[in-house]
Amino acid sequence: MKSNPSSTSVLVIAALALAACATSKLDMSTSAPSPDPRVGLRAGWMNAAEAAWNLRVVSRTPPSASFINRSTPGDFTLINSDISFVGHYVIQGNFSGYQVWDIANPSHPTLHTAYVCPGSQSDVSVYRRLMFVSGEALNGRTDCGTQGVTDTVSHDRLRGIRIFDITDIAHPKYITNVQTCRGSHTHTVVTSPGDTANVYIYVSGSAPVRSSSELAGCSAALPDSDPNTALFRIEVIQVPLAAPEQAHIVSSPRIFNDLTAPARHGETPQDIAAARQAVQEAKARGGFVVVVDGQESLVPGRIVNPLLDSIVKARGGTGAPTAADSNALRPNIQAIALARIAAQQARRRPGPPPGPTQCHDITVYPAIGRAGGACGGYGLLLDISDPANPRRIAAAADSNFSFWHSATFNNDGTKILFTDEWGGGLQPRCRVTDKHEWGADAIFTLIHDTMTFQSYYKLAPPQTPNENCVAHNGSLIPIPGRDIMVQGWYQGGISVFDWTDPAHPKEIAFFDRGPMDSTKLVGAGSWSAYWYNGYIVSSEIARGLDVVELKPSGFISQNEIDAAKLVHVDFLNVQDQQQLTWPASFAVPRAYLDQLARANGLAPEKVSAARTALARAERLSGQPRRDALTQLAAQLNGDAQGAGDQAKVRALAAAVTSLAAAAAR
Amino acid sequence: MRAAGALWVLAVAAGTTPAVAQAKADSGRPPPPPPYTAADVHFMSGMIGHHAQAVLMAGWAPSHGASAAVRALCERIVVGQRDEIAMMQRWLREHDQPVPPADPRGHVMPGMDQPMLMPGMLTPVQMAQLDSARGAAFDRLFLTFMIQHHQGAITMVNQLLAAPGAAQDGPVFRFASDVNADQTTEIDRMNRMLDVLDGRTQ
Repeated sequence: MKSNPSSTSVLVIAALALAACATSKLDMSTSAPSPDPRVGLRAGWMNAAEAAWNLRVVSRTPPSASFINRSTPGDFTLINSDISFVGHYVIQGNFSGYQVWDIANPSHPTLHTAYVCPGSQSDVSVYRRLMFVSGEALNGRTDCGTQGVTDTVSHDRLRGIRIFDITDIAHPKYITNVQTCRGSHTHTVVTSPGDTANVYIYVSGSAPVRSSSELAGCSAALPDSDPNTALFRIEVIQVPLAAPEQAHIVSSPRIFNDLTAPARHGETPQDIAAARQAVQEAKARGGFVVVVDGQESLVPGRIVNPLLDSIVKARGGTGAPTAADSNALRPNIQAIALARIAAQQARRRPGPPPGPTQCHDITVYPAIGRAGGACGGYGLLLDISDPANPRRIAAAADSNFSFWHSATFNNDGTKILFTDEWGGGLQPRCRVTDKHEWGADAIFTLIHDTMTFQSYYKLAPPQTPNENCVAHNGSLIPIPGRDIMVQGWYQGGISVFDWTDPAHPKEIAFFDRGPMDSTKLVGAGSWSAYWYNGYIVSSEIARGLDVVELKPSGFISQNEIDAAKLVHVDFLNVQDQQQLTWPASFAVPRAYLDQLARANGLAPEKVSAARTALARAERLSGQPRRDALTQLAAQLNGDAQGAGDQAKVRALAAAVTSLAAAAAR
Repeated sequence: MRAAGALWVLAVAAGTTPAVAQAKADSGRPPPPPPYTAADVHFMSGMIGHHAQAVLMAGWAPSHGASAAVRALCERIVVGQRDEIAMMQRWLREHDQPVPPADPRGHVMPGMDQPMLMPGMLTPVQMAQLDSARGAAFDRLFLTFMIQHHQGAITMVNQLLAAPGAAQDGPVFRFASDVNADQTTEIDRMNRMLDVLDGRTQ
């Protein structure tokens, strides 16, 4: 992760000032408030009642004059969408353009730029001096005019990516745009460690394909009749950093080919073990087992029985097959089964080929060379070692998932979380009648490129039918040693949850408002809630920009928050996930110690001794500090043997070692 | 290699100098709301009866012996499309347009005797056929008919987008895009379920 402490020092100072004047009592309990204060909140636009737990609202900033219609609460034309960050600025997309907020003082964000340029969704990203904005709707114009485009075919229409120069962010310069057949619903900036001359943009578009008279080459035909169809592919734009005006599409990978797996409810390790057990039992009974796609499976009776009958018939016998008949079949069953499957697949039903026709969103994680694609009915794992040519290497389908929406990796790349935006975000899907596993997050472990389902996470308290609510955009909170995420749930509010144990995700903090209107559904809520340099910034569809911060609690200690706040970046596009690394600081080992104490990962007296040793080392400097820390690290490495959580004690020892190395000579 | 040809065409199209906006001064006023057209109203009202029929069909799953997989799909269709009916009715009300009832027979228009079948909707004969099927036969017929029904919804989206001036309105465009994305995904899912019924995949 890129680090530039100077650009964010203002944020840090502000944070210290705020921490100093925080007076509210801390809740150190580890049970959620009951009854849940999010239930029954008073409705209102800017004056809705609020409930917060383990979070503190730092500021609430209504949209600027060009982006608010005071006579129409929740005006659809003025929906705030996704956000991106550069320096101490937040760039907030809006269905009518974008706003740039200065959050150098997070308790008082100020408007830096309001840029009117209609065309939803205005998904925004930045890379150094460039900004990228998605356009999908039919009313978007190449000249950013507000009059819309009424002709069905028009060269004034913009559906694709707009590129701005934000060298002077107060006066963004519209450089060029790249038009695409389906427009851009979302996009992902992809940086490649091996290619410093370019950045890439993966364009995801789920709207219908436009006419080829409007954009040459666009076709919505099925691949059977037009191999160049705009369906069943994504677009990759290459942006030469030295000449961004030459940005163009370099490839349209067909990452969906031959996705044939039917959607089943995600299988947990227990389900997989049970299936394995069933196969073993069947084998013991003399059942026929074949290996398909590396997995043993039982051949059903409807296939086996006619084969056995024909063997009986061939030897001129009658009646039930004998053991000898079974033995005659056994050596051939594998080949027969594979031939059957091949024949079945060849007899494809008429109509479109299987698989999604597009992705909704793709999150890339260049440090591990992988991306998570949320694409129609599938969650895909992509190899992005060659960023211009992403390749599918695994796919998950889940019968509880309606529409795979977005993905987040944990920091060490051993888990992946997908969201299901059931209903598209406009519908109330967190009512008491809506199932826990629908419109939720699905958490998978990711080991050797295999995704294994573990659990669902969904906002727990019921929301009203007047609140649009479903899993939406979030990011990791950089607490070392844990997988903590903050996520926007539209009018369900902001939820912070711990998914370190992927089978048992748990909410640990929240912020919520009452509905916009107590009599009808008016769209609003948190579109995205992202951690950025110490704060959680949330784009509120109708109410503007919220900044909140974590409060220490029974779930997160002050040391863990301090460690999270050490991570600083110059800019942030959440869908271009960067590996989190922590600078050498006393907060990091203290965060690990708090975790070990909380989960009994190390004997209490050893935790206590290590804390004392750290405090003593902190009062020293130079060689004595280094010696004290080196000694502590050695002690901890020894302690790891008998510890309940050996891996964490070793991580703690490593953090102490790097602290020793950093001690001034 | 055939794909490369199309890429080249697109690259050229993208490379032509586009008209780009000058940096705009902040006018201090929100842009005017985009207009809506008769095609938008027709889409939002016609889809109500269309959805109502899907809700009725899917609602039969528990009483008609559907498999667990089909029942789960149906339950989600019932919840999903019922919410969308409420949303369409709200939009029409807010735009002072007549609000048709959620009639599974079709689009009920003022002054017309018979409800109009929107694209993909089942005829009364097909509905009776589905209603009389049970178990695996229901599953197969339901999937076949619902694919037809969903394809009709996508046809309605395409008709909307082909109408001059249509879908400039935010909620209409968003909803039409959602119908396109959700139902395309669901058609694929139902095709895979039919594959399983036909024993085409393991």
